[in-house]
Amino acid sequence: MDKKDLVNSQLGALAYDAAPESALIARIKQSYGLFIDGSFTEASAHEQFVTLNPANEDVLATVSRASDDDVDRAVASARRAYQKVWSKTSGAERSKYLFRIARLIQERSRELAVVETLDNGKPIRESRDIDIPLAAAHFFYYAGWADKLDHAGFGANPQPIGVAGQIIPWNFPLLMAAWKLAPALAAGNTCVLKPAETTPLTALLLAEILQQAELPDGVVNIVTGDGATGAALVGHPGVDKIAFTGSTEVGRLIQQRVASSQKRLTLELGGKGANIVFEDAPIDEMIEGIIDGIFFNQGHVCCAGSRLLVQESIADEVLRRLVRRVEQLRVGDPMDKNTDVGAINSAAQLARIQELTAFGEREGATRYSSSCVLPEKGYWFAPTVFADVAQSHRIAREEIFGPVLSVLTFRTPEEAVTKANNTNYGLACGVWSEKGSRTLWVAERLRAGVIWANTYNRFDPTSPFGGVRESGFGREGGRQGLEAYLNV
Amino acid sequence: MSDRLEVRKTYKLLINGAFPRSESGRTYEVLTERGEFLANVAQGSRKDLREAVGAARGAQAKWWGSSAYNRGQVIYRLAEMAESRRAELAEHVGLAEGLSAKQASKSVSRAIDRMVWYAGWTDKIAQVFGGANPVAGPFFNFSIPKPSGVIAVIASQNSSLEGFVDEVLAPICAGNCVVAVASERRPTPSVLLGEMTATSDFPAGVLNVVTGVTSELAPTLASHEDVDGIDLAGLDFESANELHVIAAGSIKRVFRPDERDSASTTRRLRAFIETSTVWHTIGQ
Repeated sequence: MDKKDLVNSQLGALAYDAAPESALIARIKQSYGLFIDGSFTEASAHEQFVTLNPANEDVLATVSRASDDDVDRAVASARRAYQKVWSKTSGAERSKYLFRIARLIQERSRELAVVETLDNGKPIRESRDIDIPLAAAHFFYYAGWADKLDHAGFGANPQPIGVAGQIIPWNFPLLMAAWKLAPALAAGNTCVLKPAETTPLTALLLAEILQQAELPDGVVNIVTGDGATGAALVGHPGVDKIAFTGSTEVGRLIQQRVASSQKRLTLELGGKGANIVFEDAPIDEMIEGIIDGIFFNQGHVCCAGSRLLVQESIADEVLRRLVRRVEQLRVGDPMDKNTDVGAINSAAQLARIQELTAFGEREGATRYSSSCVLPEKGYWFAPTVFADVAQSHRIAREEIFGPVLSVLTFRTPEEAVTKANNTNYGLACGVWSEKGSRTLWVAERLRAGVIWANTYNRFDPTSPFGGVRESGFGREGGRQGLEAYLNV
Repeated sequence: MSDRLEVRKTYKLLINGAFPRSESGRTYEVLTERGEFLANVAQGSRKDLREAVGAARGAQAKWWGSSAYNRGQVIYRLAEMAESRRAELAEHVGLAEGLSAKQASKSVSRAIDRMVWYAGWTDKIAQVFGGANPVAGPFFNFSIPKPSGVIAVIASQNSSLEGFVDEVLAPICAGNCVVAVASERRPTPSVLLGEMTATSDFPAGVLNVVTGVTSELAPTLASHEDVDGIDLAGLDFESANELHVIAAGSIKRVFRPDERDSASTTRRLRAFIETSTVWHTIGQ
């Protein structure tokens, strides 16, 4: 297809007046300590770092960097709480604490959404409608399991593991904290949670919520910091279980690190999700699904549909519509309620996206980037679609973790499955077709932990999430999610 | 005692449904627990293992693609074969483990009963470990346990038949294909079991058994990119740690048995399944 025709067919984004959410509700403090043994405490070495608003590079707050000693204190606190309190708290009582936490998150949901958007750069529409409600739902769901573990399918009287060390990423900060804490607490473990370096604020707000819920001291400890803090947690002999969500690269190091210990491990790692589009799929919904699959959360999604596999007969039509739709995406102020695509979370992530997309052009793919005007300050990347991508290209193999879609084609269902599975990852895939039998045939053959049929990027606390192969092991969500925190 | 000279068996590998000698041409001497010569057993090589992994990968889609009912019958058929050759199995378990005839016979009975247990699991796994999920939205959402794929088993060094049955049948009944490294000093019962699969309608490649020196073979499997999971049953703590680190290179599922693995646990079954969850829209 001629690139000029595509550009001429664009409508451009419709004009709207700005509709900003107020940041006043956020009430962010100037500085935060570590949350250990039920209260905020200064880091032993008094080291601090700042967390920025990636949309304008303003400093939001100063946060403590937990040292090895601080991690040690947090683990000791979790151990004490496990032995003296939490392991003696009945399932029914644990359940009520979790219900309380769910309610408190709901009550403070607007505040949490605003802080999440300021700290992360994601559109307020997403933090308000997806991240925060799902975080509350997760606590609500697992609350109900705490006194029903005998019925979870892992035998009678399943026991907790002990102290869980949990390391979460920056793409869904509060939601990932909920995914980690809720099942761990329901199963009777105590926790040391390490939020991501660039997005610590909602976890610290959650600490305040845990205080409001009167969760016993030390049951949850939150240590902010960088990779060194995470490494201290992984290597700590007092930790019985490590749960990590992040890159495959770091996950591999963690698995190697804990191999000679008795620690239990679950890993939720990277992905290169294939979104498979058959010619009979309803095209309007499918285009929206593709857009949502890759541009949701700026593409900072491990399960993003970053490889579009489109049946050859409709490839030109799909590409034309996609490019037009990308041009209509509203990129800009994350606090604006009309914004579709917000800021890239950090300078480092932006550099990675820029590097890989430059490679895409160099390797011969055809690039279509939105002509949207990007703000001068902050970290921004225009939504981008690459056509003429070969399976061997880096943009088809490596996780970009940004708003970049690679488009490949196929002819037969067999070829679609082969191409979809041609990756070391295996987290999520999409299938678009009106023919249910074919969808299920494809789903059966995809090596992926989650398959969305005629939809994409849906999450629910009852639905297990997690990968196969180098996307990690273990599940979060559902009955299966309890297994990661039970000694079964 | 008869004065007839017995016809001895050559103990070979099981790869892709065939019984080759090691491509290396090597064998090693296996003694009974009492130190008497038992057999020269094929000493498998890295190349044998790579072929076995290829065979397992080639067989896996078909094995998983057959019905759970069918897989159950195939495993049940193995139990039938084992029952009819139980005297031979008992003799070898006795020689390998130094058990009395009575003890060996009991061990074989338990192993065969275990096969029957696994035969009954194939069509229960999806129901017990999967299910429908009541998501908040217009979706039909269900989770099915899928096999991890190709599983390497470093079989128990001591439990020559019972251990081996658990270690290979748990992943196989979940739809995986297996490359097993037999007990180094007690390999003959597992070789016999491998032979029985050939008359039990096991498709070629579903179970591959390689005999040889564990310390030489195990690292090849732990580092093999096309192996999805590994059971380190037959290694001591230190060696298991080393292999675990190697296996982490490709994020393998690593199973290390412990005291929890008593008779009725489902830990081994769960070790090599992957919950796959499908969301399908509901609409008119």
